[in-house]
Amino acid sequence: MRNVILFALMALAFIAAGEFQSWSFSLTILNLCLISAVMALGVNIQWGYAGIFNVGIMGFAALGGAAAVLVNAAPVPEAWAAGGVGIGASLIALLAVIGLIALIRKKLRGNLRRYATIAAVIGGYFAIREVYDPAVAAIESINPAKTGFLGGLGLPITISWAVGGLFAAGGAWVVGKVALGLRSDYLAIATLGISEIIIAVLKNEDWLTRGVKNVSTLKPDVPTAIELQQSGWFLDIASWLEADPMLASGIAVKLSYAVLFTIVLGLIMWLSERALKSPWGRMMRAIRDNRDAAEAMGKDVTKRHLQTFVIGSAVVGIAGAMLTTMDAQFTPGSYNPLRFTFLIWVMVIVGGSGNNWGAVLGGFLIWFVWIEAEIFGPMLMEFVTSGLDPASTLKASLMGSAAHLRLFLMGVILLLVLRFSPRGLIPER
Amino acid sequence: MVDLLNAIVLMGNYVIVPGLAYGSQLALGALGVTLIYSILRFSNFAHGDTMAFGAMLTILATWWFQSMGISAGPLPTALLALPIGIIGTVLFALATDRMVYRYYRKVKAANIVMMMASVGVMFVMNGVVRVVIGPGEQRFADGERFIIKAREFKEMTGLSEGLAIRTTQAITLVVTIIVVALLFWFLQRSRTGKAMRAYADNEDLALLSGINPDKVVMVAWIITATLATIAGTLYGLDKSFKPFTYFQLLLPIFAAAIVGGIGSPLGAVAGGFIIAFSEMGFTYAYKRFIGYIGPDGWVPDGLLQLISTDYKFAVSFMILVLVLLVRPTGIFKGKVL
Amino acid sequence: MSYLIGDKMTGGYGKGADILHECTIAVEKGEIAVIVGPNGAGKSTAMKAIFGMLNLREGQVRLDGKDITNMSPQDKVRAGMGFVPQTSNVFTGMTVQENLEMGAYIRDDDFGDTMAQVFDLFPILKEKRKQHAGELSGGQRQQVAVGRALMTKPKLLMLDEPTAGVSPIVMDELFDRIIEVARTGIAILMVEQNARQALNIADKGYVLVQGRNRFIDTGEALLANPEVRKSFLGG
Repeated sequence: MRNVILFALMALAFIAAGEFQSWSFSLTILNLCLISAVMALGVNIQWGYAGIFNVGIMGFAALGGAAAVLVNAAPVPEAWAAGGVGIGASLIALLAVIGLIALIRKKLRGNLRRYATIAAVIGGYFAIREVYDPAVAAIESINPAKTGFLGGLGLPITISWAVGGLFAAGGAWVVGKVALGLRSDYLAIATLGISEIIIAVLKNEDWLTRGVKNVSTLKPDVPTAIELQQSGWFLDIASWLEADPMLASGIAVKLSYAVLFTIVLGLIMWLSERALKSPWGRMMRAIRDNRDAAEAMGKDVTKRHLQTFVIGSAVVGIAGAMLTTMDAQFTPGSYNPLRFTFLIWVMVIVGGSGNNWGAVLGGFLIWFVWIEAEIFGPMLMEFVTSGLDPASTLKASLMGSAAHLRLFLMGVILLLVLRFSPRGLIPER
Repeated sequence: MVDLLNAIVLMGNYVIVPGLAYGSQLALGALGVTLIYSILRFSNFAHGDTMAFGAMLTILATWWFQSMGISAGPLPTALLALPIGIIGTVLFALATDRMVYRYYRKVKAANIVMMMASVGVMFVMNGVVRVVIGPGEQRFADGERFIIKAREFKEMTGLSEGLAIRTTQAITLVVTIIVVALLFWFLQRSRTGKAMRAYADNEDLALLSGINPDKVVMVAWIITATLATIAGTLYGLDKSFKPFTYFQLLLPIFAAAIVGGIGSPLGAVAGGFIIAFSEMGFTYAYKRFIGYIGPDGWVPDGLLQLISTDYKFAVSFMILVLVLLVRPTGIFKGKVL
Repeated sequence: MSYLIGDKMTGGYGKGADILHECTIAVEKGEIAVIVGPNGAGKSTAMKAIFGMLNLREGQVRLDGKDITNMSPQDKVRAGMGFVPQTSNVFTGMTVQENLEMGAYIRDDDFGDTMAQVFDLFPILKEKRKQHAGELSGGQRQQVAVGRALMTKPKLLMLDEPTAGVSPIVMDELFDRIIEVARTGIAILMVEQNARQALNIADKGYVLVQGRNRFIDTGEALLANPEVRKSFLGG
């Protein structure tokens, strides 16, 4: 009952935002809330089910975004011709080096193994660079102002949601293999590191995703506002509704996204709930609550953790792809750990860790507050500084940075919930 | 012979001098992280922002001094302002301990909860810093810019490579040596310092010996806030102050603490320099260096840069992973997290 | 009236079930009292109860006639009680000398003479005073642990299985030292697994079974008691 009321209040907040601000604005928040809820679900799978502290959410979301580019962007045949072979060769060389190292690790022993490994790493690195560098240079020189990258497959962008999940899962598998056997602190720091590296790669490997030059030519599967404004049937409906076609088209686009996102959220939610109630979910929680006991009972804790980590990250990757789809552009420079990692954590903790409904509510609530606080922060600051001379530089600088009050607010919310209601709004059953 | 000297000077100018400065800054940061870990037993995610907070207070005090016409002559005014920044940051740190962490100690919360709480503190400090000073870049270094300029060095030695030492780099190193020496003296010789080591070593036994845990925790915060302010200010002087950069320092700082062996102050210092020199060494373009020491007249085609500067995080991370795989206790046998 | 008495103690850890039931332990100055009993009899628990690491529902702990039941462990150290835990009883990362200094942490006077006494009692510690306690052998560590507790100049020394994990020769050696400590007028309360050897040096013995006093007598008498011999000393 309490949960129904909480969600009803959330719905009321959206209606209020629609009535008093604008419906278009309210829908924009709603869509991002839906994406946030998916991300929070992913993190909840890791933290709530298994107690894994992942501080690399940003990286997995960005991998999802990159998937959107690689799936949807139009292929650049000239670039493929110029450097496709080189990139392919580098990939093969990379696999060969990895294989060689694996072989060395398997066949050799002692000091010899160590030196051979080091030699293989160094030698392999330079060998790959030898093929890779010219290929990259060739690709990036093809019409750099417009493309300068290999492009994608030109497939419908919605496919990238699944691909984004796979990318993130693959990334998580590699990280998890290295770091999951270790205790929580190491994992946190390792994930923090890997997410920074992923962002660095996406920012700098121009041949892959155009780096900080961004990819803004993504084509959504839902019709754009301009397409709608030019189609007769839409104008008919709009005039029948006595709505401004400009406004109506914007809202229609956002609504279609909302529907798509809701389907995804619903699907993941359904699967998560099933998983949580299954023997697998019970085992995960048993491991979380008493790792040693579970280990003593013969459960392979590290392997289970790896599973959960991969699944949770995949969900985050899906959300990341959805986000890029909605933005219709990929901007690696916009990934910021505060917004993409730690804010998601606030969502999970506030909503109620271990409870999927809690994570969803947290995703909605915190994103809503995050956006509204950006608007109300300056208003509050205006009020606080109303005694100051309007021309003073102090007031100007305070007003200028007032939007950052929301960071402060998020910190306070997180601390208060942790302290006074550590089980969150919708506690684990 | 001249070529060899040129090569050495080249390395000195681009790797050794900046590496020493950066390593000092990381070492001071890692000392704070390691201290909080050994006394309060959690990884403090707010540490980067504590550094930003301390640096911000110092910058504000610097501006205030500058507006009053107070300066330190050839040295940066920020050195005079540093005590104000330290006091403010210490007070802030003690207030957060009182309002946030003390409760979790009392209920003996899991360290992951403390870590989560530090994320909350991180957000708060982030907000405060950005609201007060803004998210943009601030430069506050004044006084003499160089101790020795590249051109002067060339004229003095007749070499074709110059060695520039900026005042801020020298100050960073000197201040770090003084601070680290004081800290080690305190931990090894003073009664309170030994009590802190005892508490870090075996909390229960420390209580049985009558050591007051509240005092130990308080001193730990005071030292940590002081170190963070100094590290943050030195970093800002040496490069520039930008709140987000300080958050990003978290990764190399944690890497330094873990590489050295978390809980070991000596390890934190060593780790700081290891990370700094690795970053510098991996991202430096060796083209000219090889040009000097290689065969006569031969200059390589490429830049001979191992990895692009944009991937400097990857260096910290790789070293971190390597340590985790090969020797999880770190070089100086710290605790395993 | 005894110097220290844990009088009719009943209680357990936290909100858990009671482990002790009206258990009484007393010790006089200059006397060695030993608590023995089968595994799970609540021996260590009784000791911890006296030191205030347990919630007592009933009963009292009195030191020198003063009720100290609700005093914090730290204050008990100041009141003259020294406690040597069974495990992790030294600061492994600190030198032997620093361990002893930490023992004297609460003292503001010059503790040089006390340290000299400890070194007289355990000469090996003087030799190894610059070494880290973590690098010492098991028996040497126990000496550091006892030495650390002696540094507060306690009037009562409580030892939780001081001979756990040390060889028989080292055990005899340790017991000799403990007797020496008692001769200086310190009351000693000790929990021991090696019941026979411990009762040999005990002025008073307490046999606990399931948290209750089963036998209280002099060490000698308990060793002679056929029922005690049969049930607890292996014949």
